[in-house]
Amino acid sequence: MEKGKLLIKDKEVVVPGEVLAQGMSYLPSQGTYRKGNDVIASKLGLARVEGNVVKIIPVSGRYLPKKGDVIIAKVTDINIAGWTVDTNSAYRAMLSMKDATSDFIRRGSDLTRYFDIDDYMVTKIFNVTSQNLVDLTMKGPGLKKLEGGRIMTVSPSKVPRIIGKQGSMVSMIKQATSCNIIVGQNGVVFVKGINPEDEILTVKTIKKIEEESHVAGLTDKIKEFLDKKSKKR
Amino acid sequence: MNKGKRDHVIHYLNNNIRYDGRKKEEYREISVETGVIRTAEGSARVKFGETEVIAGVKFEVGKPYPDSPDAGTMMVNAELIPMSSPDFESGPPGIVAIELARVVDRGIRESGAIDFKKLCIKHGELVWTIIVDIVPVNAFGNLFDVASLAVMSAIKNAKFPELDGEKIDYKKLTKNSIPMEEEPISVTVLKIGDHLIVDPIPDEEKVLDARLTVATLKDETIVAMQKGGELSLSTEDIKSMIEISIKKAKEIRKFLK
Repeated sequence: MEKGKLLIKDKEVVVPGEVLAQGMSYLPSQGTYRKGNDVIASKLGLARVEGNVVKIIPVSGRYLPKKGDVIIAKVTDINIAGWTVDTNSAYRAMLSMKDATSDFIRRGSDLTRYFDIDDYMVTKIFNVTSQNLVDLTMKGPGLKKLEGGRIMTVSPSKVPRIIGKQGSMVSMIKQATSCNIIVGQNGVVFVKGINPEDEILTVKTIKKIEEESHVAGLTDKIKEFLDKKSKKR
Repeated sequence: MNKGKRDHVIHYLNNNIRYDGRKKEEYREISVETGVIRTAEGSARVKFGETEVIAGVKFEVGKPYPDSPDAGTMMVNAELIPMSSPDFESGPPGIVAIELARVVDRGIRESGAIDFKKLCIKHGELVWTIIVDIVPVNAFGNLFDVASLAVMSAIKNAKFPELDGEKIDYKKLTKNSIPMEEEPISVTVLKIGDHLIVDPIPDEEKVLDARLTVATLKDETIVAMQKGGELSLSTEDIKSMIEISIKKAKEIRKFLK
């Protein structure tokens, strides 16, 4: 097999339609696709080359459901088989009765006992069909209905920065504000604190991270910000 | 309506703090810029925190209405473009856009802010028509107050174009402004639970019980009111809402250029 040719450097900014690599030896991954012999970008972002796999880390854009993601979703409808859920993405998601609870649900019983319209939940995507229909499950550690607290949305591409390396950023905020924070992969964040001031500081900090996500030394900057704010109170 | 969210907003208000950290009767940062659109005879860009609204004023000449042959006319129109908020859809103006335009229009018209008699060019035949357009650039709550201030600023900023017989030369502006008599300021007060707040953000607007928009003049005369929301207001509620409106209008008036 002839050797493929890489047309871009690692961490280079690429635009949709740009040819990233030629030849069958390079493999398309997230944000890229193969057309004939070429690997082409489908998103605006930073190209990453890992071995012979080419992928793109998008700089913006909406959430695309991915199998295994833990997300925060909102109930929009109740139907005979379960709940229709908004996942902050373009695709329809379903939480079926058997994946929602291990209780025995009698025919014709009131499903709002489990989830009512406008309720938020932490849930996991266990399947995404080829038609991008999303199936959700509530069976797993940490998956639950959310009560109290407030919901905020951030850009899904900024979620890794908010969580930080091995959750360092989010645990730092948790420690400084003593708030319970759950970050969904779909960009929906749940914040619950003892008093409103803590929650407001958490929301402000997360917004700051989102705005300055490209800045080097972000963790130190946020630490400084949190120290200053918590001293004021 | 989301009951969980409403309870949470009220929980904040019970602690005397708002969803974004403000006090109950505190406005966000206000900024007013005038003359931002070159192709309009008058324009203004007003920001209340993240909410941003542009208002433009255009002039036309036309026949007066038969019942007021010596008075000019004014039209206020609002278009809530989908780019400004995820809650807005494209298409013909909906109930929210129409209410916004009417509330702004009423505040200015009923206060007698503009002397329409002076907009008459030829009795019964030719009068000036003022066309005001409201366009939110970013709708992040409290469009009523922002749009009212934007429209007032744009009208004050407007200069008549030159008139040649019955044709307008839009390229040449005269130095004449629209004849103003009064300067109404609108303040919207929201009721959520037992709490009265001003300058809401969308989170608060979505869970409101009732709202009252009050337009007042410099001498505290009330010139227009509009009530919205699903629940009723008691006499005491209305009294304290008006009190807040008058107090807040004094603060906002300083920004009117």
